[in-house]
Amino acid sequence: MTTTTTTPAVTAVPTRGREGPRPRGRAALFILPAAALLLVFFFYPIATIVWRSFTEPHAGLGNYTALLHDGVSVKVLVRTLVTALIVAVSTLLIAYPYAYAMTKVGARARGVLTVIVLLPFWTSLMARNFAWYMLEQRGGPIERFLGAIGFDGVVLLGTVAGVALAMVQVMLPFMVLPLYSGMEGIDRRLLDAAGSLGAPRWRAFARVYVPLSVPGMLSGFSLVFIMTLGFYITPALLGSPQQSLISQVIGDRVSRLLDFGGAGALGSVLLTVTLLVLFAVSRFAGSSRALGKAVGND
Amino acid sequence: MTEPPRDRIKGGKEGGLGWGLRTAVALTGLLLIAPTVVVIPMSFSGADTFEFPPKTWSLRWYRSFFGSEKWMYALLTSLQIGLLVAVVATVLGVAVALGLTRSRFRGLGTVRALLMAPMIMPGIVVAVAIYGVFIRWQLNGTAVGFVVAHTVLALPFVVTAVSTSLSGYDRTMDVAAATLGATAWTTFFRITVPLVAPGVLSGFAFAFVTSLDEVVVALFLQTPDIQTLPVQMYNSITLEIDPTIAAASSLMVVVTTLVLLVPQLVRRERRTR
Repeated sequence: MTTTTTTPAVTAVPTRGREGPRPRGRAALFILPAAALLLVFFFYPIATIVWRSFTEPHAGLGNYTALLHDGVSVKVLVRTLVTALIVAVSTLLIAYPYAYAMTKVGARARGVLTVIVLLPFWTSLMARNFAWYMLEQRGGPIERFLGAIGFDGVVLLGTVAGVALAMVQVMLPFMVLPLYSGMEGIDRRLLDAAGSLGAPRWRAFARVYVPLSVPGMLSGFSLVFIMTLGFYITPALLGSPQQSLISQVIGDRVSRLLDFGGAGALGSVLLTVTLLVLFAVSRFAGSSRALGKAVGND
Repeated sequence: MTEPPRDRIKGGKEGGLGWGLRTAVALTGLLLIAPTVVVIPMSFSGADTFEFPPKTWSLRWYRSFFGSEKWMYALLTSLQIGLLVAVVATVLGVAVALGLTRSRFRGLGTVRALLMAPMIMPGIVVAVAIYGVFIRWQLNGTAVGFVVAHTVLALPFVVTAVSTSLSGYDRTMDVAAATLGATAWTTFFRITVPLVAPGVLSGFAFAFVTSLDEVVVALFLQTPDIQTLPVQMYNSITLEIDPTIAAASSLMVVVTTLVLLVPQLVRRERRTR
């Protein structure tokens, strides 16, 4: 009690942090226990699975050449990449107006919109996927709604479209939040300036506002793309084995066949794609941060 | 802070949202809340199927949930694992956050990125990799195996939550306490702990929920003897078509929301005081 009441007085001291006692190297030792845990139970297992892709059942690139020639893996990989691309594009198109609206409404409405967009974060993963299962099933609300507006017999359960819909919903926060924080820093007077120079409102928006929101778009887009590649539960429950995505194939190879070599090869491909996108993003994020500093919105 | 003048310049011309934008926001909002909203009425269904909306209402799936040894055992398993994970991950995570914010050494950025890696790695790769070594180490289907694997996944969330509260920590306060004659221990318990507590609490909550909700790794580590609640839920859709999952889903939604809300409320309480 006493400590909490003294806090405001103490925080009122104007000096900023980082100026206190000189950081001691000893504090770095605090990282060791967690680092050891991750090393043994995270990095070692991942290194092992990659290693096994080159050694089981035979040493060499056998698992990788098999992926190219089995006639399924390449198709699955392409389907996964296309699905992730479609999900990322759809999420961007849906999130853009929402994030834009968040910058234009009052504080109270913005609070409500923020809570709503964070809802998928909070909702239990299994509960969420179960809900989509109910909504998308044969005879479910989505089929009946589509039937009522003239599209008969469209059942989303068991299709890539059904999987994509559920992915878009859960990925929306990862798109809306970066978009919003980017848009918040855009000076709206630039639009008025464009207007006073004779540009119609839509053109001022397309030529001035949209380009300024590109950094937010890119960070949201890449995040959604990467995370979508790795989805397992959603395609397993809502998709079909005939149109499986890469993570389902990895899971099946291990749980049905105990084929760690083959699963490891596919997993390594997935890891490589993820890391490549991350690398590209970090290169870009560096330059966009510099851009933000130049514009004065850091 | 720059908002009011901008609004004035903007004038009434662009004040509100147009009907097109309003419609788009409303539809997006509907998409965002639909699954959460659907789960609760479904759990009060009287039917034997996943039919929605339910035609009859009852509490039978809640009775089935709380009356079933299998579901209760899964719930208990999940709660136990979740609490252990929350404790272990919080202790390790607080240490990491202190280490990261209070030391400077070459490669600090790399260490930070590596510690965050479990958050961004594809879940299935992590699951299969851990399963692969756990078979050899005979940790499959053991409580220790679950706790260790979930702690790895929960750690980044604790580190993020605690680092955020530490980065706003003004270390001149430690000096102030020392000049007033406080020992290092007194400073730690009277200054550091109260200031960092909200961050630690939300880290604890995140770790608990991460473990409680985790399915992919748990699906691979499960054995008939040890199954977590999400695994039982998964099996009840894929293997059994058992509507008890509707009651389980509603409970999960309510519990995770409450657990994640508590740190927020504590924080607000402190701020208003």
